[in-house]
Amino acid sequence: MSEAISAVDHDDHSHGPAKGLTRWLFTTNHKDIGTLYLWFSFLMLLIGGVLALVVRAELFQPGLQFVSPDFFNQMTTNHGLIMVFGAIMPAFVGLANWLIPMQVGAPDMALPRMNNLSFWILPFAFAMLISTLFSEAGGPNFGWTFYAPLSTTYAPDSVTFFILAVHMMGASSIMGSINIIATILNMRAPGMTLMKMPMFVWTWLITAYLLLAVMPVLAGLVTMMLFDIHFGTSFFNAAGGGDPVLFQHIFWFFGHPEVYIMILPAFGIVSHIIPAFARKRLFGYDSMVYAVASIAFLSFIVWAHHMFTVGMPLAGQLFFMYTTMLIAVPTGVKVFNWVSTMWRGSMTFETPMLFSIAFVVLFTIGGFSGLMLAITPADYQYHDTYFVVAHFHYVLVPGALFSIMAAVYFWFPKWTGKMYSERLGKLHFWFSFVGVNITFFPQHFSGLAGMPRRIPDYALQFADFNMVSSIGAFIFGFSQILFLFVLIHGIRNGKPAAARAWEGARGLEWTLPSPAPYHSFTHPPKVTDDEAHA
Amino acid sequence: MKQSIKYISVILGLIMAGYGFADELNMPVGVTEISRQVYGLHMTIFWVCVVIGAMVFGVMFWSIISHRRSLGYKAASFHESTTLELAWTIIPTILLVIMAVPATQVLIAMYDTGGEDMTVEVRGYQWKWQYKYLDDDYNQTFSFFSTLSTPKDQIENRSVKGEHYLLEVDNHLRIPANRKVRFLITSEDVIHSWWVPDFAIKRDAVPGMLNELWTIVPETGFYRGQCTELCGKDHGFMPVVVEVMEEAAFDTWYAQEVVAAAVREEAMSKTFTSEELMAEGKQVYTTFCASCHLENGQGIPPAFPSLVGTEMMTGPRDEHLRLVFDGVPGSAMQAFGKQLDAVQLASVVHYERHSWGNKAGDITQPRDVINLNSGQ
Ligand code: HEC
Ligand SMILES: [Cu+2]
Ligand SMILES: [Cu+2]
Repeated sequence: MSEAISAVDHDDHSHGPAKGLTRWLFTTNHKDIGTLYLWFSFLMLLIGGVLALVVRAELFQPGLQFVSPDFFNQMTTNHGLIMVFGAIMPAFVGLANWLIPMQVGAPDMALPRMNNLSFWILPFAFAMLISTLFSEAGGPNFGWTFYAPLSTTYAPDSVTFFILAVHMMGASSIMGSINIIATILNMRAPGMTLMKMPMFVWTWLITAYLLLAVMPVLAGLVTMMLFDIHFGTSFFNAAGGGDPVLFQHIFWFFGHPEVYIMILPAFGIVSHIIPAFARKRLFGYDSMVYAVASIAFLSFIVWAHHMFTVGMPLAGQLFFMYTTMLIAVPTGVKVFNWVSTMWRGSMTFETPMLFSIAFVVLFTIGGFSGLMLAITPADYQYHDTYFVVAHFHYVLVPGALFSIMAAVYFWFPKWTGKMYSERLGKLHFWFSFVGVNITFFPQHFSGLAGMPRRIPDYALQFADFNMVSSIGAFIFGFSQILFLFVLIHGIRNGKPAAARAWEGARGLEWTLPSPAPYHSFTHPPKVTDDEAHA
Repeated sequence: MKQSIKYISVILGLIMAGYGFADELNMPVGVTEISRQVYGLHMTIFWVCVVIGAMVFGVMFWSIISHRRSLGYKAASFHESTTLELAWTIIPTILLVIMAVPATQVLIAMYDTGGEDMTVEVRGYQWKWQYKYLDDDYNQTFSFFSTLSTPKDQIENRSVKGEHYLLEVDNHLRIPANRKVRFLITSEDVIHSWWVPDFAIKRDAVPGMLNELWTIVPETGFYRGQCTELCGKDHGFMPVVVEVMEEAAFDTWYAQEVVAAAVREEAMSKTFTSEELMAEGKQVYTTFCASCHLENGQGIPPAFPSLVGTEMMTGPRDEHLRLVFDGVPGSAMQAFGKQLDAVQLASVVHYERHSWGNKAGDITQPRDVINLNSGQ
């Protein structure tokens, strides 16, 4: 008996994954869990995308065509919730799982069992949320921002399931971020000082602290809702002495850092890919780190810019206008640094680079409209119109989502040991790029012309913009099927990839063979200047 | 190389021209002093973005075009410059400070709500607006509801859509030109938001809060906007229509409405005949009840109950009245006591009790409604 145990122990260093389904259910391996997160988020992307296409189909022409106004509201609400909490955030956690241990030279995440739990909560949370759409009274229909009292006194019964689902997503995120912080702070290879860490690791460290700070706030908020709905409290019920505006303050105290949670890791990814394909080191590494840190700090003192129209005192409006404008400074620093990294490089334009360049350009456009939205008097005109919809889709789709796609293409050879087809990858890029702009650029115009968001039908002067936008949405939506095809094609038929799959790529992960072995860096690697980012 | 610069500058020029001159692509300038200032801010910040964008993207595309490996370009090795970092931190900060000055001035002007000539309370309901004209002591002189008037046939694509599709109402708000009008904005149920783009005023209608707005409109005419805060199923169907009238015409209209309100007040103590009540009741029913209970009283069970031959229709009258007055909390049946006056309530209840074969055989007078509430 004891012999058998020691034999297993002995094998520990070289054993591969378990066979069958249990490999995925019980795995504590950071690579397996990363894979689970990534496929899960891809599935959510497709589901959330289908909901968006229902919305765009209804808006293709004025008049009510396909769905009732209430179902329309369920579609916009669940599209937002699924994309934010189901697609973008889990995808970044998946990337963190795959990459952070390899990039800091650690054998695995610091808390592998918790890692398993934080993933496996998610399918249950989303199954519960999505199942409400099939209930008689319908699913959540109060917008992804779920403002009270529409989401409390006036909500459908399914709101209780929604609250529980949000709690579960929050628990998953909190565990994920604790794990990431513990890994980064404790498990770096000797010689990897903080200011030598890769940018992706830096951005995730800061993101994890943001998550840790604001997810409990969200949990508190939905708990207050739960009490208002079921236990007779009046936090947000004016008739009982409560304050619906309090809801918005709490929500956006979570919500604004949340938008940076969805963009900081993207900054990290792009800061790896641009230097790799410019064959030149990242320009201004130190200032990039400081910029991310200042953005994270500022994200806590700008929340009320989402609420300029609720009727705050003048002093409050001015404070939030100034702080919001300030965010443009560190964000600008990042863009300038990326451009300087490209300047006088020796560039090639493989798919990850194309997505990264598109990221820089289109994210910057989203940043510009953000700066316009910061100007309070002008915001009164933009607020809750399609201008805002255009703004946040520019930072989230060609922003966050493009960076995730760039990352998938960039590290694909490291994960699978195969090269995807460059021709197909580029095709996917161009369809996505064109589709995204046809979808969201006209929304600036419909917003400026006065079209409110979240309406199932609209006045005739908005018809042309909406038709164009809907066409773009279907192009963009269907090109993600192509993405799936490129990935499967690569996994099956791809040519074997070298350890350093891209000649310009730097970092410890590229010193490992491709595909990276199931257990990597069981002995800490030596951190050379060449592979560190300092 | 020269070729490509020309190419890029032509494209950039076209884009700028497209932005600057195509009015339908831009925010409306509006008709008030404030709206013009807001438009000015919008264009200033827009051009700041365009210039910065042109510079950044210009450098970037230059680099993309010329610093390629396929052209044999060898990578340089520089990777930091404190001077540059300082420059692109400090210069944007200065730009922002310069931008903040006019923005602050306009905002302060917008907050100057004092010295008004008249005050209107705007109250949001699911899914209509109520306008209450207040006198100098903030007492209501008269009020009315403003509901979407676009026919269902147009919305459901059975007939051709009109010019003001979804931006038209049965009773619109009227204000005088050239006078400072103050709006007090609030809500009865969920949060709504009241917006007139041409005046550049938008404020959330929050239950339990009274927000303030003001405007002075020099030009007469009709101005249209919409609710801009998601407020439930018919959020897309509660437009705002404001008519700005010549001062004299407005004053005449206002005086008439005050008299009409007094007449209605008088009617509260009148005794009506059954025929009068049926006629008024039918009208009230069509406007306020038929969307759920249908013209023939059959409703759309199970969501909206039928009113034909049920216990309530022939049972105790006061229970019926009470239900319509208070509504059914937590259901779509609203508390109509807050929306209808005693004459309307009495007549609609009388109408329900004597239509579609219902035969209660009693009569409901406005004073019954008033007694119902004083008795409580
Ligand atoms: C938005 C939809 C809606 C409108 C408009 C509406 N109702 Fe109702 N009404 C309902 C619903 C739903 C119920 C059932 C409430 C419950 O018991 O849960 C109801 C119930 C009733 C009942 C009680 C029926 C019974 O037998 O219990 C009466 C009477 C009634 N409504 C009268 C009116 C009158 C009068 C109006 C117009 C002034 C009106 N309703 C407008 C939705 C509506
Ligand atoms: Cu924000
Ligand atoms: Cu609304």
